[in-house]
Amino acid sequence: MSLILENIDHVVNGATHIEGIDLELAPGSFNVLLGRTLAGKTTLMRLMAGLEPPTRGRVLMNGEDVTGVSVRRRNVSMVYQQFINYPSLTVFDNIASPLKLARVPKAEVTRRVRETAEMLHIEHLLDRYPQELSGGQQQRTAMGRALVKDADLILFDEPLVNLDYKLREEFRQELRELFRMRNCIAVYATTEPNEALALGGHTAVLHEGRLLQYGRTEDVYHRPGNILTAEMFSEPPINVVPGLVSGAEVTFDKSVHFRLNEDLRSLPPGQYSFGVRPSHVGLAPQSADDLELQVRVDLAEISGSETFLHVSNELFHLVLHLAGVHEFAVDEPIKVYFPTHKLYAFDHNGSVVHIPPRLGSL
Amino acid sequence: MTHDATTRQDARVSPSTGTSPSVASAATAADESPRLERARARRRGGSVGRSRFLLALYLILMLLPIYWLINMSLQSNSEILGALSFWPREVTFDNYIGIFTDSNWYMGYVNSIAYVSMNMLISISVALPAAYAFSRFKFIGDKHLFFWLLTNLMAPPAVFLLPYFQLYYSVGLFDTHIAVALAHCLFNIPLAVWILEGFMSSVPKEVDETAYIDGYSFPSFFVKIFIPMIRSGIGVTLFFLFMFSWVELLLSRTLTATNAQPIASIMTRTSTASGIDWGTLAAAGVLTILPGIIVVYFVRNHIAKGFALGRT
Repeated sequence: MSLILENIDHVVNGATHIEGIDLELAPGSFNVLLGRTLAGKTTLMRLMAGLEPPTRGRVLMNGEDVTGVSVRRRNVSMVYQQFINYPSLTVFDNIASPLKLARVPKAEVTRRVRETAEMLHIEHLLDRYPQELSGGQQQRTAMGRALVKDADLILFDEPLVNLDYKLREEFRQELRELFRMRNCIAVYATTEPNEALALGGHTAVLHEGRLLQYGRTEDVYHRPGNILTAEMFSEPPINVVPGLVSGAEVTFDKSVHFRLNEDLRSLPPGQYSFGVRPSHVGLAPQSADDLELQVRVDLAEISGSETFLHVSNELFHLVLHLAGVHEFAVDEPIKVYFPTHKLYAFDHNGSVVHIPPRLGSL
Repeated sequence: MTHDATTRQDARVSPSTGTSPSVASAATAADESPRLERARARRRGGSVGRSRFLLALYLILMLLPIYWLINMSLQSNSEILGALSFWPREVTFDNYIGIFTDSNWYMGYVNSIAYVSMNMLISISVALPAAYAFSRFKFIGDKHLFFWLLTNLMAPPAVFLLPYFQLYYSVGLFDTHIAVALAHCLFNIPLAVWILEGFMSSVPKEVDETAYIDGYSFPSFFVKIFIPMIRSGIGVTLFFLFMFSWVELLLSRTLTATNAQPIASIMTRTSTASGIDWGTLAAAGVLTILPGIIVVYFVRNHIAKGFALGRT
């Protein structure tokens, strides 16, 4: 089972929602669609499922053209961001409905529903109605309905957004386990880079209806093809600093400069944008050639047990991603260290021209 | 003065944490003045008493005609026409017995119920698909068409009286139940579409899609999944259909003669050579309100949402 999108365009009332997407999903792969809201994730999933036909282009499933084929004739399932269940049916009948409609024998239906419910830890809720369940349990029911029927393609449209933080982490782990033994294509849309990294598999980065990059999640993360992908696939977004390469030096604006290290020596002279991940800028030097910058604190944003520290001086505006909860006074002068050997360099088109060779951790 | 003191005392007492008002007031009543307590109690009691009084007055004014109708229905004609009495001196059920034994009378109810049920059936079965289309699909002029439906409710039925009469007469529908049922569709179908559209739009369209993904065909989805989801909306709609069709007099009277004559029309023809039969008329009136009360009882919890056309 493979899914191929060929040069897909989708135009609604003159507005282009999807533009020229070519994508090939391998059999049994777990794919993450990463992009901000309105990037076209949901539209792309609807095109994959066949809920809407694309304006141009072809959709191939197993090498067969299914572009205009209705969703009823395709073996797909979908889980939405909202908890969508049939309120008039019990959890059991909700999960059983795809099987019943496919005329699976009754004993087999019961067996598979129980099996799926156990996998999702809702076997004790089978006699209840969806509105009697908590949000997490409702979403598990919806997932049960999607997983029970052995679909060739399973689509998850931000299924965890409406759940609380703890449940989300739990679900994410289970989800990967569930798919380890299945031979279907899973597509999972999310706005959060961390979720994409946690789920692994392959990642497609979408931006304004275009596909920026597709590949193994780690590759896309470590080797972004352009500046947009790098910004998208980093939370908080990667710091971008314009710099000039001339002779043997890199100059940021006019005053801050450092000698070209070995990695950057291959760059021809010219204007570049240098990217550095927020987690790579530190409060202490990590190696001898780190660039020390005198900055002031703008804001310390605490997210979970992490701190996003926004700092600036007259040339730079940087975000630091620090582990642990740190407190800083606004306008407090501090020193931060800019790792010169962990720089990405992008040319004026935004394409990547240099990737740091020593791949760091998150 | 009293008022001032009370407010000050309130302000002082309320922040004291954990003290229930009764304990606090008991304490203050002891060391300050019992007069304040009484004043406060009077004020509280006074406002409750006033609102109860207003409510009672309102209910009496509203229910008075209905009470009077019931009162009259249990009296003989001579008592009705005699001295003013606020309750029946001699309770008689002759008026009701008369209605239930005279086919001219009870057939009026049968006729009314017949065409109202037909109208409810036709209206709901036409309105369900129409409302679904308005709620789910975009097509050219959909909003204008939807508004046009509402404007049908604005035209007085009298406008349509002549064309209906002439048309039905020439095709032989005059004086049949279906004639009235069809005529009432004029205002009932738009109303039903409006109410149902609101209820349907509150069901996310992802439910429809999930059903298609699961493999439901459209008809089985509509019947097995969708209709149960808007059950209460359908109930409310049926109530409104019943109500408007039941109380409509002009069309139903004009389009019928004897075979399908509605009860309301029969009630307007009670004057005979011997005068007006007040008691029977009152009893017929009571029997005409009853079905409405029964229907309202069943949809009482959903009716507010129905008045908001499902858009809450």
